[in-house]
Amino acid sequence: MAGSDALYGLGLDTTKIETMYYYMVLSRALDERMWILNRQGKSAFVISCQGQEGAQVGVASALDPTVDWVAPYYRDLGVVLYFGMTPREIMLGQMAKAEDPSSGGRQMPAHYGHKKRHVLTGSSPVATQVAHAAGMALAFKIRSEAAVVMTSLGEGSTNQGEFHEALNFAAVHRLPLIVVVENNGFAISVPQSKEMVVADVAAKASGYGMPGIVVRGSDPLGVHQATSEARNRALKGEGPTLIEIKTYRYTPHSSDDDDRSYKTREQLQAEKDDDAIVLFRQWMLDQKMWDDEREKALNQRVRNEVDDATDYAEAAPYPDPATLWEHVYHS
Amino acid sequence: MAVMTYLEAIRETLRQELRRDDRIIVYGEDVGVRGGVFRVTEGLQAEFGEQRVIDSPLAEAAIIGTAIGAAVNGLRPVPEIQFSDFIFPAINQIVQEAARIRYRSNGTFGVPMVIRAPFGGGVHGALYHSQSVEAFFAHVPGLKVVIPSTPYDAKGLLAAAIQDEDPVLYFEHKAAYRSLKGDVPDERYLIPIGKADLKRPGKHVSIITYGLMVSYALKAAETLDKEGISVEILDLRSIRPLDVEAILDTAKKTGKVLMVHEDNLTGGIGGEVSALIAEHALFYLDAPIVRLAGPDVPAMPYSPPLEHAFMVTPEKITEAARKLAKF
Amino acid sequence: MSKNSITKDLQKDMYYHMALARALDDRMWILNRQGRAPVVYSSNGHEAAQVGSAFALNRGEDWIVPYYRDLALVLAYGMTPRQVMLHLLGKAEDPNSGGRQMPAHWGMKERHILTTGSVVATQDIHAAGLALASKVLKDGRVSVAYFGEGSTSQGEFHEALNFAAVHKLPVIFFNENNGYAISVPARKQMAVMDIAARAEGYGMPGVIVDGNDPLKVYEVTREARERALAGEGPTLIEAKTYRFVPHSSDDDDRAYRSREEVAEWKKRDPLITFEKHVLDNKILSQAEHQEMQKKIKDVVNDATDYAEQAALPDPKTLGDFVYHQ
Repeated sequence: MAGSDALYGLGLDTTKIETMYYYMVLSRALDERMWILNRQGKSAFVISCQGQEGAQVGVASALDPTVDWVAPYYRDLGVVLYFGMTPREIMLGQMAKAEDPSSGGRQMPAHYGHKKRHVLTGSSPVATQVAHAAGMALAFKIRSEAAVVMTSLGEGSTNQGEFHEALNFAAVHRLPLIVVVENNGFAISVPQSKEMVVADVAAKASGYGMPGIVVRGSDPLGVHQATSEARNRALKGEGPTLIEIKTYRYTPHSSDDDDRSYKTREQLQAEKDDDAIVLFRQWMLDQKMWDDEREKALNQRVRNEVDDATDYAEAAPYPDPATLWEHVYHS
Repeated sequence: MAVMTYLEAIRETLRQELRRDDRIIVYGEDVGVRGGVFRVTEGLQAEFGEQRVIDSPLAEAAIIGTAIGAAVNGLRPVPEIQFSDFIFPAINQIVQEAARIRYRSNGTFGVPMVIRAPFGGGVHGALYHSQSVEAFFAHVPGLKVVIPSTPYDAKGLLAAAIQDEDPVLYFEHKAAYRSLKGDVPDERYLIPIGKADLKRPGKHVSIITYGLMVSYALKAAETLDKEGISVEILDLRSIRPLDVEAILDTAKKTGKVLMVHEDNLTGGIGGEVSALIAEHALFYLDAPIVRLAGPDVPAMPYSPPLEHAFMVTPEKITEAARKLAKF
Repeated sequence: MSKNSITKDLQKDMYYHMALARALDDRMWILNRQGRAPVVYSSNGHEAAQVGSAFALNRGEDWIVPYYRDLALVLAYGMTPRQVMLHLLGKAEDPNSGGRQMPAHWGMKERHILTTGSVVATQDIHAAGLALASKVLKDGRVSVAYFGEGSTSQGEFHEALNFAAVHKLPVIFFNENNGYAISVPARKQMAVMDIAARAEGYGMPGVIVDGNDPLKVYEVTREARERALAGEGPTLIEAKTYRFVPHSSDDDDRAYRSREEVAEWKKRDPLITFEKHVLDNKILSQAEHQEMQKKIKDVVNDATDYAEQAALPDPKTLGDFVYHQ
């Protein structure tokens, strides 16, 4: 965990620190509720951010949601919440209700998209979004807009041709793009060692002529700093950066997976001992920025929000079958 | 003889084939340790080793491209695309390479390869885990496309596909995996590619279909039987090449044809079957050909009412067949 | 392996194939300009890279997966000038495709030259697949994919190298970097100077070699082949070279590169420098050289005549070979 020097070096005030912590806790709590709803038969599918909240909030907090865009992947609950999607909106998507802003109940949960909040719609084939993000960044460059695009993906997706094609394109055109690889060590069941020979995805950056940075997901301030630097490079016209965040996935791939066949319980426990949320809270306590009373109040607030979002989404109507035919073309 | 699910029939056939022929390899995303996301390949890596049941990197073009190279060099690859929706990054490799290699090399090279891919909806899979993609490939000369409708057919068609000298796409309906059960003989047998199967004889209406829809059509036929409407069901089994003779036979026999598929209506197999009948059996018809198919929206939505509105169901088939019978 | 261990006979043979490729290529352009051949893709300038690497392989046994620029390569691999000309003129007897494909779409099973399409970089993955089979079958073969630098931007290049590295496959990725993807210079194709720099990201060696020196190319290819056979996995070789002619007979390179630049590279024409090497070092006597020139002329004339007189495919074969027959 970064010390206070790093803290003040980042120019972050206590409000920002508390905001980061809030989004990490909120992401975890919402995610946990989704699993309960799934096991109760109220939500068909969950795909989790648990274990990656420090990485996601660290990245998102270094961006400017009023101008920057994100092209996230299905695990990025922390990113989209930070960018302004509300817990109600998340739960509406989770339960496939008409009011779901991501797709009006058309897509599976966690296929986020929210134009007003600068979240690009995503599909399920992995790494397609990296090329889309490069395209968005190209538009920013052409229009000379002071904005960057952040796209994220898992380490397994970096084997896709589109990852290669997109990074090469972005490097050649010096695009304002930040490519974040949330490396949790597993592509569903396949460990990184069977996905690639190199230890660090970041090592691929030099082949494109861009910097490749490795940071730890359990250090949200370190992630924040790396992302800030990448954003500054991008805004100065110095091109894209590849950031690899070493992180963990505490849940199976999805609610339809069982990770016991490929991850030992000992490894899982070791990963949980490096939980960004726990470490961040402890650091805040050590810095005297936090105390039990505030923790209690925060938990109550988060719980209320999660309850409210659940109730709201449960009561919300499903889409009208007549809407099946909408949005095939521009209307 | 054993009673198996559709999924078990596919797994046991893969096992039997892997035992039979050392040249066969199975690979794809998560097919090894995890046994596939649907468990189709469960236990195969334990029995045949990492060399023959391979967890591949996440790259579909590479999966199919390397399968082409391996096939040309003497292996019999059976690659898996995790969901048929994810086949598109590899479409260049399938359509422009695998399908054309024999033709462009004047018969010198061939690609004996079976691409397995789960397809179809009704499983909350939404836009990217529900698609029926068969028509894209049925359009391509050089490819063969088979879709089994029962555990028995799953075995015989898979063995035939593996034995075939050309690239075969073998599509497995996700909703059929565990819902369909049936008798499967222990010994190896082949179901010829390009031959349809009369699943139920009848007098008044012919339903021509394939895959999961065969079992739905059988349900509809039972309902209509009680109303005195006798339904004949032709299972295409192969949608490329089509069994033209069997299609024309059933059309001539009942004079009323209902074509059913879950794939989108426009450009679907139903159009091709209808054209064949119109060309060769028009004056045997007593009513216009009817097509019941997935609607022309890009793919299946997630939300239950939207998904239900998309899916072809036994009820919808019953209604369409009844209407046609009364024409 | 040092240059000295490459025997004189081998060097003589390398020179013959380089000179033959250039002469055959020149003839193709003449046929094109006379309206007798619709399109030409040239190996002109790349001969050293192609012949140098081919001679380091077990020719006819190791698999090669060429691209359209690899005339000198396939000649060194045993395709005859007659067969090349039959292909150029789309004749029935063309062993590459029976006249189905455009010229320079090589493929000849008996010489272990894999058939290729027009979409670039697809062949990189096929080479990895061929090598996967060699690994499983333990047949002692390596596979070599040949490709231009532009095609390394394709996703398939990335997927192939990663796959080959993960499975330690006996494959060589041989890049003929001539600095231009048709008209697009390398600096607009990638933000790095060297294709070889990409090797690190896959955990394999990346080797840069002077593509105009056949002996150096021979050496690095030998080493890569030995690595592959020792089970140490793939190698990426980048041969820096230049194409002296436009991309194809339908292209005009004056639009995108200066005559001065072309002239500068022509000072390092591999055919001229290697000719000097074999003559200066008495690998080839003047008399042998003249005899060889005459032989090449005869071979090219024979190939042209043979192909021109050969029959075109019967229209009835249009439907052949859609499936196994």
